[in-house]
Amino acid sequence: MIELISQHPIVAALIAMVGLSLIFGAVLGFAAVKFKVEGDPIVEQIDALLPQTQCGQCGHPGCKPYAQGIANGEPINKCPPGGQVTINAIADLLDVEAPTLDEEHGEESEVQTVAYIREDECIGCTKCIQACPMDAILGAAKQMHTVIIDECTGCDLCVEPCPVDCIDMVPVESTLGDWKWDLPPRSENGTTDIIASDKVQLPEAHS
Amino acid sequence: MRKTWDIHGGIHPAENKTQSLQSPLGSVPLAPELVLPLNQHIGKPALPLVAEGEQVLKGQLIARADGPISANLHAPTSGIIQSIEDRALPHPSGGSGPCIIIASDGNDTWTELEPCADFESADRNLLLDKIRAAGIAGMGGAGFPTAIKLNPRGNLTIDTLILNGTECEPYITADDILMQTRADEVIAGAMLLRHMLGNPEQVLIGVEDNKPDAIKALNDALATADNKAIEVVPFPTKYPSGGEKQLVQILTGREVPAGKLPADVGVVCQNVGSTVAAYRAVRFGEPLVSRITTVVGEALETQRNIEVPLGTPIGHVLQHHGFNASKVARLIMGGPMMGFTLETANVPVVKTTNCILAPSAKEMPEPPPAQACIRCGMCAEVCPANLLPQQLFWYSMAEDLEKLEAHNIADCIECGACSYVCPSNIPLVQYYRASKGTIRQHAIDKEKSDRSRARFEFRQVRMEKAEAEKEAKRKARKLAAEAAKKKMAAKQAAGVDKPKVEKADVLASAIAQAKSQDLSPEDQLAKLERAANSARSRLEKTHARAAAAEGEKKDAILARVKDAELKVQDTERKLAKFIEQTQSASAAEASTDKQEDVESPEKQPAAEPDAASAAIEKAKVKAAAQASMTPAEKLQQQLDSLKTRVEKARARLEKAEADNDENVEAFRTGLEKMQAKYEKLTLEQTNSQNDG
Repeated sequence: MIELISQHPIVAALIAMVGLSLIFGAVLGFAAVKFKVEGDPIVEQIDALLPQTQCGQCGHPGCKPYAQGIANGEPINKCPPGGQVTINAIADLLDVEAPTLDEEHGEESEVQTVAYIREDECIGCTKCIQACPMDAILGAAKQMHTVIIDECTGCDLCVEPCPVDCIDMVPVESTLGDWKWDLPPRSENGTTDIIASDKVQLPEAHS
Repeated sequence: MRKTWDIHGGIHPAENKTQSLQSPLGSVPLAPELVLPLNQHIGKPALPLVAEGEQVLKGQLIARADGPISANLHAPTSGIIQSIEDRALPHPSGGSGPCIIIASDGNDTWTELEPCADFESADRNLLLDKIRAAGIAGMGGAGFPTAIKLNPRGNLTIDTLILNGTECEPYITADDILMQTRADEVIAGAMLLRHMLGNPEQVLIGVEDNKPDAIKALNDALATADNKAIEVVPFPTKYPSGGEKQLVQILTGREVPAGKLPADVGVVCQNVGSTVAAYRAVRFGEPLVSRITTVVGEALETQRNIEVPLGTPIGHVLQHHGFNASKVARLIMGGPMMGFTLETANVPVVKTTNCILAPSAKEMPEPPPAQACIRCGMCAEVCPANLLPQQLFWYSMAEDLEKLEAHNIADCIECGACSYVCPSNIPLVQYYRASKGTIRQHAIDKEKSDRSRARFEFRQVRMEKAEAEKEAKRKARKLAAEAAKKKMAAKQAAGVDKPKVEKADVLASAIAQAKSQDLSPEDQLAKLERAANSARSRLEKTHARAAAAEGEKKDAILARVKDAELKVQDTERKLAKFIEQTQSASAAEASTDKQEDVESPEKQPAAEPDAASAAIEKAKVKAAAQASMTPAEKLQQQLDSLKTRVEKARARLEKAEADNDENVEAFRTGLEKMQAKYEKLTLEQTNSQNDG
C-alpha cells in the first residue's frame, strides 16, 4: 500500500480525492433526504407577518396565497389591513426597500373595526356566514345572526353580501386594559430648543 | 447588625418626606358620595352584587372577584347604592370605567364581622380564604391581589418572608406613619403571614434608614412580641430600593431572574400596608375599606397622612387640606417618580393610592425640553435593573421591538432613575412605557392573527372536505345511473326483439327513437305527467294561500304563485313536446309500416292525453286505408304524405330557428330523419317502377 502510494503519488492522490468526494456526496445526499424541508419556508415566514384578516383586498383569496404571491415576486405593498408596519416587516425579511402602501388596494384604516349585525333587521339569509373567512358569524337559516367579536378581523367581506344592509363596521372600543402610553412627542422640525429664549413656553413664565 | 447587599445604580433625589410627618395621622370627614371602581387591582374587574337603591352596611361585600386574579370589593361606609355607572378613574389614561356609587348615610354602621383571635392554630387555607374574601390588593402601588402572592406554587419552598417598609419614593410617608403608629399590627401581621407560608426561617422587615422613628417603633413592638424569627433590617436610603426585586437583592443577596418571581428564589415579599390589612382581615374580620394616604404638596395648607375610606373623591380630600387651585402645577397620584398626573380631582381614592401630590409649579416645574442624547451613559450607571437605557431609547425611537426585547426591556421597572439623571432631559421612561405597551399590543395581535390563521385554515379544510364528499356522492350517483342504463338497454334489447317477431308494435319505433334518451317513453311520459300534476297542485295550493294571506306576505306569495305558474307552463310545454315527438315518430312509422296490424292502443299509457290517442286513431285509419290499396298506390300515397310532412317540418324548424327555440335541435333531427325516409321511399318507388 505504502509502496503504491510512494510509487504512484498522482494515482494515490486521485483515489483519495475520489474516495473523499464519494463519502461527502453520500453524507450530503443522506442529509438532503433526512432533513428535507417541507413547503417553502419563506412563504411561511411572510405568512406569519401578514395580519391574517383574510380580507382579499390584495386580490388573493387569503393571506397565505398572497404570501405565496410575494414569494413569487409580487409587490409587497398590497395589504391595507397590515399597513406600513407589515410592509416594513416584510421588506426587512426580504431585504428590499420598503415601498408605501399601494392605494389601489385600499387605505390603511386608523382604527380597528369589527362587524356588527343590527339584529332586528337580520332576515337570517346566512349569506354573511358563507362570506366570513373566519367563521366568526353565528346563526342559521331564518335565525338571527350575530358576530363573535373576538374572532372578527374586520375584513369587511360580510358587508357586501348582506341583502338588507344590516351589517356595520364599528370601531373597536378601547378599554383601560389595552390602553398604552404614547411615545413622547418629538419636536416637529427635528431641532431642539436649546437657547434661553426658547424656554418662554414654560409654565413658570405665565403662572 | 445584619449584612445587607447593594443594588446596581440608584439615585438620591430630594426626599421631601418631612412635610407630611409634622402632623399625626389624621382623617377627613366622610364624603357624601363614595365612588368605588370595580377594577382597583391588577386583573379582571369585580362583578357587582348590589342593585341601585339597595341599603348597604360598612364592610358589606358589594362586588365579588371574577376569577382567581381579581379582588372583592366592600362598602367603605353604610349607605344606599346610588347607581352603578361609568365614572372617571384614577388611571394614567384619564379614562372612565364602571363604578359603584354609594350615598353615605353618615352613620358608618359596620356589618357583622367574624373575628378570629387564634389564627396561629387556624388552617392556612382558611386564612387564605379570609384574606382573599377581604379583597386585599398590594397597597404599595401595584395592586396585585395579596392572596395569590401568599399561595406560591406547591413545589417552591419559601425560606424568607420580606415585609417591604422601604417606601423609597420622595414625598410618600404612608408606610412610615403606619409603621410608627401600628407597629404592633405590623409585627402581628408578620407572624400571621409567616404562619401562612409554613414558617419560613426568617422574616425580614426592610426599612430604609431615613425612617428612624419607624425602625424604633417596630423594634419596640418586636421586643414585646418576642419572636426570634422576625427581624427589622435597616439599610441605606437609595431610590429605588423599594422595588420588589431590588429589595430581595438588598436583604438576601439573591437576584430574581428575568421573567421570574421572588418565590422562585424562595422569597415572598409583601408591603407593610398589605400586611396590616391582612392581619386586620383575619384577626377582626375587617375587609379592606380604608387605607393610609399621604396628602402632600405646596399647594396644600395642611400636609399630612390620613386614613381615608376607599372611594372618597380626591377633590373632597384636597378640600379638607386647604387646597389652593391657583397654586397647583398638576395633580399627581403616587409619588413624583412613578406616579401619574390626574386630569381631574373628581376621581376616587383606590386601594393603590399611597399618595396624593399637589405640588406648586416651583416645587415641580415642567420638565425642560428634551435635547439630543449625548451618549454620556449616566442612565446606564443608575439603572437598578442593569439595563442599557440609552440603547433602549434608540430602539424605542426606531420602534425596533425585536431589539428592545433582546435588550430585556421587560425587566425595566419604570422607576424613572434614568430620566432623572439624563442631562438632556429626555423623558426616557416614557419611551420605555410606550414601547412596553406596543410590545404587549403586538403580542396580543400576534396571538389573534395566529388564531385567525388556524380558524381560516380549519375552515378551508372543512370546505374542501365537504366538496370532496359532494363529489363522491355525485360520482356514486353517476355510476348508479350508468348501471341502470345498461340494465335498461339489455332489457330493451330483449323487449324490442319480441314485438318484431310476434307483431309489429307501432310504439316500438317510438321506443327506438326514445332510446337516445335514458328512460323508456312510458317512464318519461309518466315522469312528465307527475311533474305537471305536482306543479299544478302546487300552483293551486299557492293560489289558495295567496287568497288567505294578507299584507306584506301577499306580495311574497304572489311572487311564488307566478313562479308556480311558470313552472306549470314549463312542465306542460315539455309534456306536449314529448307527446308530439312520440306521436310524430309513431305516425311516421305507422305510415311506412307495411303491416296491417296496428292495433295496440292498449299499449299506450292509460294516461295518454287525447291529442296522442287521436293521432294514433288517425294513423290507424290511414293504415287501414293503405291496406286496401295496391303496393304502387300505397307507395305513392306514402310519398305524398311524407312530402307534405317534410315541408311542414321544415317550416316548423325555420320558425323555431327564428324564435330561437330550445327545441331547434329536436326539430332538425326529426326533419333529417324524415328526409332520409323520403329519399328511401323515392328510391323504392323508382325501383318498383323499373320492375313494373
